[in-house]
Amino acid sequence: MIGTGAARLSDATDIAPVIQPLAEASGVFSYLWLLLALPLFGAAVLLLGGRRTNKWGPHLAVLMVVAAAVYAVVLLLGLLGRPADDRAIGQTLFEWVFVGGFTAPVALQLDQLSMVFVLLITIVGSLIHIYSLGYMEHDPDRRKFFGYLNLFVAAMLLLVLADNYLLLYVGWEGVGLASYLLIGFWQFKPSAAAAAKKAFVMNRIGDVGLSLAIMLIFVTFGTVVFDEVFAMAGEASESTLTWIGLLLLLAAAGKSAQFPLQAWLLDAMEGPTPVSALIHAATMVTAGVYLIVRSNAIYDGTVFALTTVLVIGVITMFLGAIIASAKDDIKKSLAGSTMSQIGYMVLAAGLGPVGYVFAIFHLLTHGVFKANLFLGAGSVIHGMHDEQDMRRYGALRKVMVITFLSFGSATLAIMGIPPFSGFWSKDSIIHAAFEVSLVAGISGMLAAGLTGFYMTRMFTMTFLGKARWEDDQHPHESKPVMTIPLIILGIGSAFTGMALLYWGNIVDWLVPVTGQRENPLPLPTIAYEGMTLALVLIGAGWAYAMYRRDVPVEAPQDVNILTKAARNSMYDDAINDVLVVQPTYSVSRAFVGIDNRGIDGIVNGLAAFVGGSGERLRRWQSGFARSYALAMVGGAVLVVVILAVVRLP
Amino acid sequence: MSPENYVVLAAVLFTIGTVGVLVRRNAIVVFMSIELMLNAANLAFVAFARMQGNLEGQVIAFFVMVVAAAEVVVGLAIIVAIYRSRRSASIDEPNLLKY
Repeated sequence: MIGTGAARLSDATDIAPVIQPLAEASGVFSYLWLLLALPLFGAAVLLLGGRRTNKWGPHLAVLMVVAAAVYAVVLLLGLLGRPADDRAIGQTLFEWVFVGGFTAPVALQLDQLSMVFVLLITIVGSLIHIYSLGYMEHDPDRRKFFGYLNLFVAAMLLLVLADNYLLLYVGWEGVGLASYLLIGFWQFKPSAAAAAKKAFVMNRIGDVGLSLAIMLIFVTFGTVVFDEVFAMAGEASESTLTWIGLLLLLAAAGKSAQFPLQAWLLDAMEGPTPVSALIHAATMVTAGVYLIVRSNAIYDGTVFALTTVLVIGVITMFLGAIIASAKDDIKKSLAGSTMSQIGYMVLAAGLGPVGYVFAIFHLLTHGVFKANLFLGAGSVIHGMHDEQDMRRYGALRKVMVITFLSFGSATLAIMGIPPFSGFWSKDSIIHAAFEVSLVAGISGMLAAGLTGFYMTRMFTMTFLGKARWEDDQHPHESKPVMTIPLIILGIGSAFTGMALLYWGNIVDWLVPVTGQRENPLPLPTIAYEGMTLALVLIGAGWAYAMYRRDVPVEAPQDVNILTKAARNSMYDDAINDVLVVQPTYSVSRAFVGIDNRGIDGIVNGLAAFVGGSGERLRRWQSGFARSYALAMVGGAVLVVVILAVVRLP
Repeated sequence: MSPENYVVLAAVLFTIGTVGVLVRRNAIVVFMSIELMLNAANLAFVAFARMQGNLEGQVIAFFVMVVAAAEVVVGLAIIVAIYRSRRSASIDEPNLLKY
């Protein structure tokens, strides 16, 4: 798998996942709920406390997340002390739903998979919180910002710590809400408000998939608790499992910005840069991958759904890379990169047991280097006084050294240059892809080449070449509260891969939850790594040559059709408009018409009928007593006649 | 003399009374016609009592007479009150309670 082969599993080539017994939370684990309570408390104090908390609120928020991170490390040490296939801790907080045969407790489950996520969320989250102290220093609403950030961390932790699908859904919705609040944080900007709405609505479409999947799971298995569902997964029919798998994929596509629900990710860059770092790079968008890998027992029973996952991953991988290659806004280019990298993770998850572990491995390394890239971009934007167009950057390496070095470290990591972290995780995915499908493997390699291209393009346009900014813009390096997280993340980008693989044995760590299979390959591992590296260097060299010298400050208009399409994000908005928005408007207008003319017509017509009849009938009340008397006599005669007729036979 | 003839007579009287109510304009004459109808009903009751051989019809006739008397009192009081304000006893005149 990796050059040295040291990361190959001991001897077996096929290990099934284990339903680990859920140990009761005791000792160091008894405060598991604190992981949720701390950031939730921070959010509550800041958001409910109001302006009184303005001064110390942000610092409290930072403290909450840092405390959670420290406790997460303690929990990790606790788990490490347990035997390898007995690392699942459960803690039931209270019975939430108990209706007839359906129970869904609020219960937390800490196992190997959720542990790595908790570490990623809290540690990277802490660094981003600290960074935000500097980045949002002059924003009058910063207390609200930190409140929302804490809320997001709490919701994401709930998502990964839930022990049943329904509670996961609560966390899922929570991160969606926090994302809406944070993307639209500068709500006075119409573009930001629209972007927040777009993100929420597209997420919602995925959420429909998750709701239907949960319903289907309950109908099939009678329970939504993970361990119980996975234990019974083998007994369900393949078509049922396929449906569940496809619905879960729909949910993951919505949350993780995969095709066809990817259009919101680039607009989500309207939020402040720390938001982009936390939500769209390190954590929220990876929730979809978590869902798929957690549900591996379901996917293992359905080849069709797995293949669909794989195809979606490949499509998005290329889509994101192409878009990233043509965007001039640094954040939008990074967003395209995120889309592409998550495509890698989804691709790996779609390989089945061959790739689950590597999807999570790449998720972890990506979390570190993508947060690094976004925070670095934020530092550049901050230093360039809110200028985001890379065409106006250039030669910033001289003025922002720390940002330059950390960004460089992350760039090397994402391109997959050994020995930086991305190399280990991305090449594991490519290798695993070849074990399953030649097409997937070649796609992974080509996308790696594209990654080399667009990242080098971004790096060159921003930090190298000649300065295209005015002298009076005075770009400057950021304050230590912003650069220290950058340094930490830069070191992480360099070493996390090797550390997780060799020192942390990430493969052996995760195997009890996901299982692992290895198929033999014709060529030795180093051949694949070499080919990938060659493609990456070709891409990088091409970009360097293109952008080193003259970069026009105004984007040239006479470009080929692919570039034009990529600049417009492959026309995703136009396609969504034609396929979804306009038909929905037409249907809506039809219903409004039916309501106005049809239903109102019936009701008004009825009223008119009654009024008209009354208009005509009232003339009987003439006021003449003799007419009334005649009517009475007539009625009496009628009654007598009827009685006579009835009694006649 | 068979009692059936008296029933026929009662029917004829009732009809004459009905026509009188519908046709005549003077309120007092309308009341007289109503009295005629009531007496026709009394006659019919008594004739049936005779036909059946018991006295129940005659008892009901007493009730009818009481009701007739009470109704005439109230009705004549109303007519007198209307005559005093309108100087007319026609029942066509007061037709304001109309559409």
